[in-house]
Amino acid sequence: MKQPGMSLIVKTVTRLITGFIMIFGLYLVIYGHITPGGGFSGGVVISLALILTLLAFGKEFIDAHALIGDNGMEAVDVFGAFAFLVIALLGYFAGAFFSNRIIGHGEPFHLFSGGIIPFCNLAIGLKVGACLFGVLVALAVFHTQRRHDPSEPREEG
Amino acid sequence: MQAYLPYALCMVLLAIGIYGMVAKKNVIKIIIGLAITEYAINMFLLLLGWRSGKNPVAPILARGQKDFLVNTVDPLPQALVLTSIVVGLSVLALAVALAVRIYQKYGTFDITEIRKLKG
Amino acid sequence: MQDVTVMLYSLIGFMIIGSIVAIETRDLLSSVICVGAVGFALSVINLLLGAPDLALTLVVVEVLTLVVLIRAIRTRRDTYHATSRDTLAIGVVVAGLCFVFTVAYFLLDKLPAFGKPLMLMSEPYLRSGLESNSAVNYVTSILLDFRAYDTLGEATVIFTAIVGAYAVLRKVGRKREAAGNESDR
Repeated sequence: MKQPGMSLIVKTVTRLITGFIMIFGLYLVIYGHITPGGGFSGGVVISLALILTLLAFGKEFIDAHALIGDNGMEAVDVFGAFAFLVIALLGYFAGAFFSNRIIGHGEPFHLFSGGIIPFCNLAIGLKVGACLFGVLVALAVFHTQRRHDPSEPREEG
Repeated sequence: MQAYLPYALCMVLLAIGIYGMVAKKNVIKIIIGLAITEYAINMFLLLLGWRSGKNPVAPILARGQKDFLVNTVDPLPQALVLTSIVVGLSVLALAVALAVRIYQKYGTFDITEIRKLKG
Repeated sequence: MQDVTVMLYSLIGFMIIGSIVAIETRDLLSSVICVGAVGFALSVINLLLGAPDLALTLVVVEVLTLVVLIRAIRTRRDTYHATSRDTLAIGVVVAGLCFVFTVAYFLLDKLPAFGKPLMLMSEPYLRSGLESNSAVNYVTSILLDFRAYDTLGEATVIFTAIVGAYAVLRKVGRKREAAGNESDR
């Protein structure tokens, strides 16, 4: 039985690079209101960092770490969507939903500016990243389960 | 006519995508037709916002920029297309999950064979 | 960035040729790679038309699409043989498409001309964007401040699609497998 995942060169390069990809994704999410980016681009880049780990090390490595296993990713996904809803409903105390007056907006071009926009970006980035990675983990589990499952009827030809 | 040629080419791409979705018999080709249709629609929405002129800029303010309002490209289609892209990706993931399930159950990707076999 | 028409037309021509190749070729791996090339060309078009965050999003979404599609066609073990072509159905489809797009061609002059956008809805957003919320990126401020309900709806649609994908890929029939194994013994 050969080693799970890909060859040694791919594993070594993945170990070096995954941190940088994750930091780039977080940069796109956090600075989304100053430079091009935003919650969606940053979320997809974060999920790409995790997918690189999944493809290079195989499914068993992902299962061994409970935070990025199957259940962990669903929990982060639901948490992101719920956090977005909570931010929307917090505007109830300021007159309108999604209001911008609960947190004061500072000057332009500063990091802490823009009202609720950075928090919304964080929630959406978490949500999109977790759910796209979860779908690929589900597809990978499905393939490995299908290979060991001899009782499903297979049609010939 | 010169002013409307990009829209006409977008419609050609849309026609190719719809042809791929309707007239092909392989499930993966149908999914590829879906992806091409999405590209065509996103491109059409984006082409509506281009402002040609002396100096068109993206709708992101830079420090010390003059004449921003006169030169900027329309930001509203870009916001709409941004959500549309990620939604299209999720729908594609769902379609691929269905295709993988079909292959597991019937052993083929051909939709005429799937109609004949009884599960 | 001033004269964008030459590169725009050549990239759109590349996209049309790539999509025709992607749909008509027999090998599935080649068609998936052609779709990837079409997506990258669209990303370069976005960069030319002044939409940098769209170009970013489209590149990474294209990579993810390629990963998902290649994982889908990895399961095939048999070769792809040509099934019989249903010529009547293809003829009807092509005739219908030609009719629809000929009608649409005559309505093209109702659209604003390419290069002179009709910025009715965007003028108030651009003027009052900086004092309503001090976000410098106007696309993000439209998405998350002026039109935040659309973003909420979109988060819901993504969530539903992903939950649907989970539901399709569940393990089903465990009790039936156990009963089948026991009855075999």
